[in-house]
Amino acid sequence: MKKKKRLATASLAGCFGCHMSLLDMDERLLEVLEHVEFDRSPLMDFKGFRQRCDIGLIEGGCCNEDNVHVLRQFRENCDVLVAIGQCAIMGGLPVMRNAIMHADDPLRECLEEAYNESPRVLNPGNHIPNDPALPLLLDKVYTCSEVVHIDFQIPGCPPSGDTLYQVLMALATGKKPEFSYGMIKYD
Amino acid sequence: MSETLASTFTIQVDGQTVTVQAGQSIMEACDAAGIYIPRLCDCEGLVPQGSCRVCCVDINGRIQAACTQPAAPGQVIGNETPTLNAHRRTLVEMLFHEGNHLCPICEASGRCELQAMAYRLGITQASPYPYLQPVRPVDASHPDIALDNNRCILCGRCIRASRDIDQKHVFDYVGRGIHKRIGVSAARLAETDASLEDEAIARGTCPVGCILRKREGFDTPVGQRLFDRRPIDLDNAVQHHIPTQAVPAHIESDPP
Repeated sequence: MKKKKRLATASLAGCFGCHMSLLDMDERLLEVLEHVEFDRSPLMDFKGFRQRCDIGLIEGGCCNEDNVHVLRQFRENCDVLVAIGQCAIMGGLPVMRNAIMHADDPLRECLEEAYNESPRVLNPGNHIPNDPALPLLLDKVYTCSEVVHIDFQIPGCPPSGDTLYQVLMALATGKKPEFSYGMIKYD
Repeated sequence: MSETLASTFTIQVDGQTVTVQAGQSIMEACDAAGIYIPRLCDCEGLVPQGSCRVCCVDINGRIQAACTQPAAPGQVIGNETPTLNAHRRTLVEMLFHEGNHLCPICEASGRCELQAMAYRLGITQASPYPYLQPVRPVDASHPDIALDNNRCILCGRCIRASRDIDQKHVFDYVGRGIHKRIGVSAARLAETDASLEDEAIARGTCPVGCILRKREGFDTPVGQRLFDRRPIDLDNAVQHHIPTQAVPAHIESDPP
């Protein structure tokens, strides 16, 4: 029997929507599973790499140091690294904090807005979460290709289950993914 | 009769013979012949200004903007060539990287010509340019119109529509180089005489989501929007056009 490709996935600064879209392949997931087996992935709950992988899927960009750490691990352990979704490709919604209007210190202003200044927030001590267990936020949100080399991008917010199926099947069978007109979506 | 003969000639576009009325630009001649030249800043009914360069074509070996270049007898023109489409892809990528083009949150998504051009050109992979992520103001002061400069690609269609058709001069360029942006003829849009009836504010004049008509966003379901199923082409370019009867006389160029 032909050796299956190993597939790892991770969700960084994203909403998990791209992983939901993976499940949107519905019963075709079984077909995909004939060609690939999962390694580290939120779908499998392995926390670390068990062995070197052929394909790594990254959802979301980098907004904290843990995202950068995970992304670098994926680059080290995956032959082909694929950025899926607008957050991984261009920062997506999280990147809005980089250019908050007229802010000299966008990260500070973002936290103040979220925890203190918004009229619907009840936070009597004006405390902004700063526990050592929380990964440090980066000065701005970075796209995946700003941090490591990315081999392929699948645009979309999220990419449809059809698009993910076609690209995954192409990668699993050693072909270069092609994008027809309807498969390219930025929203 | 002889005048008619003298006032038409032919050019070759991608090997196809196109009959040109004297005085037409290459873009106008190709539009009339049903050949689509990709474009962003040019819009039927407005004075061409040749600023986006997406319509660049190869004319006898030189690359020039089709919207401003007059057609001349015997020109051999390349339009849909791999080299030109690579140039166009680079231009559109740079537009995406220069502003803040967040398609997932933009109400113009699906009818945005910048996005549609990127789809048409097949832009999916990372480009070598950095995202500039500029800090640009949003002007939502007007009761019916919002202006989000983050999405502006400086095509100048609103400037030309407001100046030549509405005769209001609401918009113009301010600043130079990378700081160039669209300004309004008062401190805020609310203090100008811009109104929803203006051609400059009409949907389709702004190719992106910079000029927004309030309370009209997201009115078309995903899947039924203009560019969801079909690429940007000559049909949508003409569908977006501004009524030509409104074009002032000075735009009509004299035959040579």
